[in-house]
Amino acid sequence: MEIFQEALPVLWAGLKLTAYITLLGLLFGFIIGLITALFRLSPIPPLRWIAIWFINFVRGTPFLVQLFFIYFGLNSLPFISLQPVTAGVVGIAINAGAYIAEIVRAGIQSIDKGQTEAARTLGLTSAQTMRYIILPQALRRMLPTFVNQAIISLKDTSLLSVIGIAELTQRGQVVVSATYEPFKIWGMVALMYFILIYLLTKLGDFIERRYELR
Amino acid sequence: MKKIKILSFLMAMMLALAACGSDDAANSGGDEGSGEDGGTTYTVGTDTTYPPFEFEEGGKYKGIDIDIINAIAEEEGFKIELKPMDFGGIIPAILADQLDVAIAGMSITDDRKEKVDFSDPYFDAGLTLVVSEDNNDITSVDDLEGKVVAVKNGTTGADYAEKMKEEAGIKEVRQFNDSPSMFQEVANGNADVLIEDYPVIAYAIKTSNLDLKTVGDRLNGDQYGIAVKKGENQELLEKINSGLQKIKDNGKYDEILNRYLEE
Repeated sequence: MEIFQEALPVLWAGLKLTAYITLLGLLFGFIIGLITALFRLSPIPPLRWIAIWFINFVRGTPFLVQLFFIYFGLNSLPFISLQPVTAGVVGIAINAGAYIAEIVRAGIQSIDKGQTEAARTLGLTSAQTMRYIILPQALRRMLPTFVNQAIISLKDTSLLSVIGIAELTQRGQVVVSATYEPFKIWGMVALMYFILIYLLTKLGDFIERRYELR
Repeated sequence: MKKIKILSFLMAMMLALAACGSDDAANSGGDEGSGEDGGTTYTVGTDTTYPPFEFEEGGKYKGIDIDIINAIAEEEGFKIELKPMDFGGIIPAILADQLDVAIAGMSITDDRKEKVDFSDPYFDAGLTLVVSEDNNDITSVDDLEGKVVAVKNGTTGADYAEKMKEEAGIKEVRQFNDSPSMFQEVANGNADVLIEDYPVIAYAIKTSNLDLKTVGDRLNGDQYGIAVKKGENQELLEKINSGLQKIKDNGKYDEILNRYLEE
């Protein structure tokens, strides 16, 4: 029992940092994803190309490599100095952003063409059509996929241990190397991740019910 | 049928590789056999994955320990046969009479002294502070107040930093899983200082382009010794000690250290 009491405050601090980085990363990731998706669907070719290449590049490289590039690579340039947590948030945001862009695109494209045509006939501009007619319906359809991406991003934060961020996995490693109790400590760490993700899933379910399609 | 062909091809390849491997070992294992004149041959155990003390380069064993034991053997007129093995297997092998001598960057500890006899210490290891080349603020542990310290998870360096955190007023101890990340962190200027085993970092600085330097005194006092079987090999131990003294006196010892550690 002693070991649990000893490890809990240390792991708890890691859990808070994990939650913080995930939330901030997803917030920026969502913004990046929304903009990228709109670029991707834009009739202006250069915007479309930027979006396509960004998505391809992020999806075509492992997150760990992106993280090393952002933290060790960019930081070796003389004019850039990212602290670990900043680099971690940037990494999660960029990575999640690319995937969210595709989620948003699929959501928008899943809305029947007739909706756009009807809106335009009623005299709405194309921006107004997107904002008032398409996006509200599309976002509702994206919700389950978005929860899924949030879970993936949360688990990806465990990779941030490689750049010295004392998030949950890193703390677990530190406690294990001091106590030699891998079974108990990793069990605790797994349980903490599980609870966090379970809560996230429940939140997703709640929002889904709240905005039920009628 | 095709599968069998591929399988037999693979097996032939593996046999060929194994044959090459044993050839290499025989070539690099130093003087073989004791048939020639010039004294006895002793089997020497070592762990060849610990640069700069012992490592493999181009199929040959190199390193401080290898050169030192060879120099001692030369001074004292005996021959050695190298037996590379896992570090953890070395002391058991001595106890089982598989080895006469062990030299493997092995710290002299009380626990080990119960199992083996150690020669005079031949190297002062221990932890050291490492900063980037243009950093002149930090010269000792007293300068760590408010600084970010990079360490490798699970090492004595990490233990040391955590223990000193309060006392020295360290701002943050940042843990990495491997040495290169830790080195890069300080080279990039994101942490102020790192703590690492002195010889390992000295060698890394020498063989890479990292703009790092070691500062201050060793932080703890590990000493490396050469081990022989407890109580039964006094003659050999005396030879080793006298050889060690001779190479220290005639400059060979410094020459060897400089070869691997000079910045």
